[in-house]
Amino acid sequence: MAGPTINALEQFSLTPGLGGLGKAIDFSNSNEAMLAAAAIITLIFGAGLKARALVPGRAQALVELLYEFVRNMCVDTIGEEGLRFFPLVFTIFAFILIGNLIGLFPYFFAFTSHIAVTLALALFVFLFSTGVGFYTHGFKFFTFFVPSGVPGWLLPLLVPIEIISYLSRPVSLSVRLFANMTAGHVMWEVFAGFMLLLTASFGIFGAFASVVPLGLNVALAALELLVAGLQAYVFAILTCLYLHDAVHMH
Amino acid sequence: MKDGRDNAAFEARLEAAEQAAKAERPETAQKQAGSAQRAIELAMRLGVEMVAAMVIAVVIGWGLDKLFHTKPWFMILMVPVGLVAGVRNLLRAMG
Repeated sequence: MAGPTINALEQFSLTPGLGGLGKAIDFSNSNEAMLAAAAIITLIFGAGLKARALVPGRAQALVELLYEFVRNMCVDTIGEEGLRFFPLVFTIFAFILIGNLIGLFPYFFAFTSHIAVTLALALFVFLFSTGVGFYTHGFKFFTFFVPSGVPGWLLPLLVPIEIISYLSRPVSLSVRLFANMTAGHVMWEVFAGFMLLLTASFGIFGAFASVVPLGLNVALAALELLVAGLQAYVFAILTCLYLHDAVHMH
Repeated sequence: MKDGRDNAAFEARLEAAEQAAKAERPETAQKQAGSAQRAIELAMRLGVEMVAAMVIAVVIGWGLDKLFHTKPWFMILMVPVGLVAGVRNLLRAMG
């Protein structure tokens, strides 16, 4: 059948950014989106914090809301000493949140839909929290892998399980974000492709019938908005949880 | 804080206002929203949590096999270990 085909994964391909310059220095559209996310965060905070009013305006309220949300998350999950890690958690949360959100717009690139990006973020969190564990507890951090209150003969079985469970953290952290973002964008593309296929196959009736996938895409847009925020939240709260384990060891 | 006295007065007033607001709106709705948020967060986490442990275990087993030329015994050994580690992940996420 000649006509439109659905190529749902084409949207994730990297192309050189910045015109011809990007090709020379390996600067892709993904990097462009990352820079855009960083610029948007900086702009929002620059605009929001300019007034420094006691009674915040809209922009300042948005900034304060984000700040207090992440601050409470840090304190509730890690404890009072969690405030030391607030800058890290906030940076990760804001970067992923804005990255997910701008990825929802046409012509923008969702850099969180690449496993390379999410795995790099997750590995950084994993290595950092492990480093914090060894920094705070020294070699006693190894006892994290020894569950308490277990008879000694079970330990050879349980310690590998604990170690694998610990090592699986960066995998689950990165795959969750990557899979959610990719799945959402693929579904969008597939339903949009249905519309083209229907119109091409059934002419005018198909064009009317393609209202159904269009409606689905509209509903999907709302869902994707939720997922974008939720995945950033989950990533941030898991970062907090891992830091909690590193600081408190239980 | 150089204006500590003002601040303390402000905190006291804020506390009083929060108490008054709490009496006005019962907490249950807020609590329900909180538990729903936790449920969604859990649902988003659990599926991947289990598979990730399995993947790591199988990759470790595969690597050990490659190292000791014992294909496929370490991999087979690691599958139940990964399964248990996945369940352990689930239990930890729930608790």
